[in-house]
Amino acid sequence: MNKIAEKAVALLQEGHTLVLGYEEGDRAPRPFFCRQAEEAQHLVLDERCTANLAVYLTKPELMGKGRVAVFAITSSLRAIAQLTAENQLQLENLTILTLTAEQEIKTFATLEEIRSYLSEVPYELSDTEKALDEKLSAMTREERWKYWINEFSRCIKCYACRAACPMCYCTRCITEVNRPQWISPWPSPLPNMEWQINRVMHLVGRCIGCGACGRACPVGIPVDYLSKKMLQDLSEEFGYVPGQAMQDGNALSTFKPDDKENFIH
Amino acid sequence: MDENSEFEPNIVAFVCNWCTYAGADLTGTSRLKYATNVKIVRFPCTGRIDFMLLLKAFAGGADGIIVSGCHPNDCHYTSGNFHARRRWMALHNLLELVGIDVRRVRYSWVSAAEGAKWADLVNSTVADIRRFGPYTEYQNVAKQLEMEDSHE
Amino acid sequence: MEKRYISKEGLSRWFKALLAGGKRVYAPVRNNDKVDFKPVRSLDEVADDYVQTTQSAKSTVFPRAEVLFSYQKENGITTLNDFDPATVPETVVWKIHPCDAVGFIPLSQIFNEGYEDILYKTHLEKTTLVSFSCSHADSFCFCTSVQGGPGETTGSDIQLTSLPDGGALVEILTPKGEALVQLSAESFEAPKEDEDKAQYLADVPIYFQLDEIRNKLKDAFNSDIWKKQSERCLGCGACAFVCPTCACFDIQENPKGSQGQRIRCWDSCGFSLFTQHTSGHNPRAVQSQRWRQRILHKFSYMPDRINIFGCTGCGRCSRACPVDMNIREHLTSLVK
Repeated sequence: MNKIAEKAVALLQEGHTLVLGYEEGDRAPRPFFCRQAEEAQHLVLDERCTANLAVYLTKPELMGKGRVAVFAITSSLRAIAQLTAENQLQLENLTILTLTAEQEIKTFATLEEIRSYLSEVPYELSDTEKALDEKLSAMTREERWKYWINEFSRCIKCYACRAACPMCYCTRCITEVNRPQWISPWPSPLPNMEWQINRVMHLVGRCIGCGACGRACPVGIPVDYLSKKMLQDLSEEFGYVPGQAMQDGNALSTFKPDDKENFIH
Repeated sequence: MDENSEFEPNIVAFVCNWCTYAGADLTGTSRLKYATNVKIVRFPCTGRIDFMLLLKAFAGGADGIIVSGCHPNDCHYTSGNFHARRRWMALHNLLELVGIDVRRVRYSWVSAAEGAKWADLVNSTVADIRRFGPYTEYQNVAKQLEMEDSHE
Repeated sequence: MEKRYISKEGLSRWFKALLAGGKRVYAPVRNNDKVDFKPVRSLDEVADDYVQTTQSAKSTVFPRAEVLFSYQKENGITTLNDFDPATVPETVVWKIHPCDAVGFIPLSQIFNEGYEDILYKTHLEKTTLVSFSCSHADSFCFCTSVQGGPGETTGSDIQLTSLPDGGALVEILTPKGEALVQLSAESFEAPKEDEDKAQYLADVPIYFQLDEIRNKLKDAFNSDIWKKQSERCLGCGACAFVCPTCACFDIQENPKGSQGQRIRCWDSCGFSLFTQHTSGHNPRAVQSQRWRQRILHKFSYMPDRINIFGCTGCGRCSRACPVDMNIREHLTSLVK
């Protein structure tokens, strides 16, 4: 048994009802709900683990009533910090662990410890993301429009992007509102774009840049690019850093009297 | 360019009740003439304007959009326009990213006393949109149902 | 069933003839690392070197969004415009796999059960399926466990088996297939008696016995296994939408002032709202109930009701799933 598995056994013996981690999957490690000590041997934790487990932390039917431990990768830590700031998590019932760069298991006692750990891990775009950004930034407006409409014509409205996002925890999503019908229930190029614009706007100042949405998309639309680009463009204006959740409220629920006005007539 | 001079832009204006709507009213009572292309939608406050409405306006055939409310610090509900401004900062950025023609969206602050400013705002917006032409690029996609149409 | 041989040049000629006839030809086209069906204008656009397309070809007979009828209201009079079968184009689906062609059969059963769906029927009548047998498979494929196989011809109008010389063995299976062949009859040569299709087929291991699954499912409704299997399921619609046999749909309105359309679009039993009542009660309120429904529907209810299984072993659901819900794995663990 590796040390992750050993730690999980210890956590279960201490009284945790669930250890949330990863197990081997067909292509990459996948989320794993370890509830018995016998299952702990399946647990793994390494750089191949990319799914954001924080998405399960806001589902009461999965979390149950007892103490839950979660092996969090960096993006999950950012999500946990943001969710806590949004009052969606009770940290008293959660044991949050991570594997440091030195391959040591670290347990976080408080939100402050998580934030301080995260401040040492800068948020960066990957090389493929930077390449896409360069390609799109070099386009004219008309070319960009054609690119995105073409991408969104492939969207099948499966909502995997929404389902995979830890920040999409609304019990009644805007897609379910039909008076008025903001989001078209059927796939069609422009309504698909409207859906993504809506999703990205609802994530402004909340998105932690994990890319779960982009990875989840079965048809390979780079939906995570839009939110990550917004993150970059607006981080200075709104003073938002993923994982350093703002204590006085999210970017769109607060304001500064001297917010940028240079596009207003 | 000749077709554009016959083209009458279709402008939708999302305005707040206490400042811009009252300001537009003043324009009328002052007998200031201005372009008739604008359809005004009245909200209690700019803070109430959902960004989705702007998208729906374009899809519904608008060639240009005006969004206007009370000046910062003058909001009837104290801070509605501050929240609106933040929202517009984000939306403006995002619309630009996806390639929507953001020149066609005009944000402004027009107070209840600024009847002349309203007239200027509408006139200049209509003139600009007349130059840009109808927003057929958007409207054509709005009419499509099937994916296949956009592949051809 | 008639056997023929077609050379590489013959294929090219035949393909041109298909397009020349004004037919809409759907074929797999590559887009970065994903391959999907799109209308094509030449054989060069067709992808190779992949195991399976992301989505099935069911949208040719069951579109993602389809107008059932439209209406206009003017001066108190309402005009209804019903679905016009003449607007459905003649379509050829090129290079689907046997598992996809077979998938059209349960789809047809569903759309004809009790009520003949005129839209589906029209689409199907105007669609010809040209399948290619599979020389490659991956660990997600399990067609041989669900009465299928890499060279299965059921459901296809024509099946081709690619040969190393760039040509293909041809099996003409239906009158529709024959009609397609006649568009370029000279491109087809006498069958190659010494060629055996079987040697070009992929090896797809059998992972479970279908009747064992069916028997096990009879008593499995209250089993704990559903919760265990579905914990990581996120409740999106990816699996249902990429599946060649999933046929659930939603009916929606698209009103625009005094005119509008009634639209049918795809739906998924995995969505939490799928069984939500207007009272607020939801008989399948948690994901484990919805996962159970998916498996039971395909492997228990469908065979019981309409004598056909709702799965062709194409493996798409497992490939598309963001959290690796592997249906083959789950079925195998059911009988362990």
